Amino acid sequence: MADAPVVEMVDLHKRYGATEALRGLTLHVPAGSIFGFLGRNGAGKTTTIKILLGMVRPSAGRATVFGLAADAASGSVEIRRRTAFVSDEKDLYDSMTVAEIIRFTAGFFPRWRDDLEQRYLRKFELPPDRKVKALSRGMRTKLALLLSLSRGAELLVLDEPTAGLDPAMTEEVLQALVGHAAREGMTIFFSSHQITEVEQIADAVAIIDRGRTVVSGALDDLRENFRRVQLVFDGEAPAAAFEAPGITRVRRAGRMLTVLSTAGAEPILDRARALHAVSMDVVPVTLKEIFLESVTTEE
Amino acid sequence: MLLRPNPASGVPIYLQLMEQVKHAIETGALRPGEQLPGIRPLAEELVINANTVAKAYRELEHEGVIELRHGAGAFVSANGRPKKATEKLRAGQAVVGDAVRRLRERGVTDEEIRRLFEAELAGVAKTGESRG
Repeated sequence: MADAPVVEMVDLHKRYGATEALRGLTLHVPAGSIFGFLGRNGAGKTTTIKILLGMVRPSAGRATVFGLAADAASGSVEIRRRTAFVSDEKDLYDSMTVAEIIRFTAGFFPRWRDDLEQRYLRKFELPPDRKVKALSRGMRTKLALLLSLSRGAELLVLDEPTAGLDPAMTEEVLQALVGHAAREGMTIFFSSHQITEVEQIADAVAIIDRGRTVVSGALDDLRENFRRVQLVFDGEAPAAAFEAPGITRVRRAGRMLTVLSTAGAEPILDRARALHAVSMDVVPVTLKEIFLESVTTEE
Repeated sequence: MLLRPNPASGVPIYLQLMEQVKHAIETGALRPGEQLPGIRPLAEELVINANTVAKAYRELEHEGVIELRHGAGAFVSANGRPKKATEKLRAGQAVVGDAVRRLRERGVTDEEIRRLFEAELAGVAKTGESRG
């Protein structure tokens, strides 16, 4: 995790006419990590991925992948050579059979790994002679994954990889991803709004909202540092006393005060003791709660 | 032997794994000198990040619970956990078990009990005198 980041984005802006899709997005994806990229629909996830792949140029800011500028023509070609991408559409040639599309795709990639192709063909139980258009949604996703995992890429970018899959199929896909990341030591960047799957397999995350990064870092650090503290006072709860760095939200309801901290519970408890709180409860915060606290819910 | 961690519990997964390994040693499910599952197979089996398993193993090694032998894998430390510590934990478990049972009898829910323990561990005990 100490390696240079594979993907680095600093203060990215992207404007489409009057619409600002990105408004100062910053991301660091550590080498060898499984990076979960979370945000509501329209938060800017797909735009970010398109910039990363050199398909869209940022209006301002810096985006590098493997240390190469994503908006320079030469950099972009090299980045795409070393990066596999699975779109949420899972674009595949419908008229080909599974075996045909595998051979067809392999032809484009000199670093194609026959061993991985065979491994995933077996693991995913894909029928070689079936036409792509006759595959179920789950099979289609697995085929798209096989084609990306066999490319010998160093970075795998997935846009909503498990969208529309049933829980058993989702688990199979996640298992393939963690296994692949462990064996091949590659970096996986995946966007999702399935928070539970991000919690399960990611080791680093970013939550974006309205084109900005609102939370990012190692998932374990977030889990250890986010705390909700519920305080009860004898009289009116003194909300103002809890406005300090690391405290993201203070809610008051009569004698009760709920404080959300990104820097552990200790500073809040110290403060609360000094103010003679009559009761203090510390509760860990799940990624789902972090997400809901970080993104705007009003339109 | 090791169970699927609960990713949504708010507790880091590597800590959950560490607790499971320690528990397995305390109950005798894992004995001194025995080998733990490899990092990659375990990551795949539990469908969690291999870096997370590696982190749990590193921390367990740091605490002297297991030994990482280069190229061979992870093993429960030969001297294991000192017997004294095991006894101390057993005695502690009895105290905690008793407290939990009494709280349940008073109608305190498990979630409330969990929060009481969390708060106590986080140092709220120091404010005992200001409790109304």
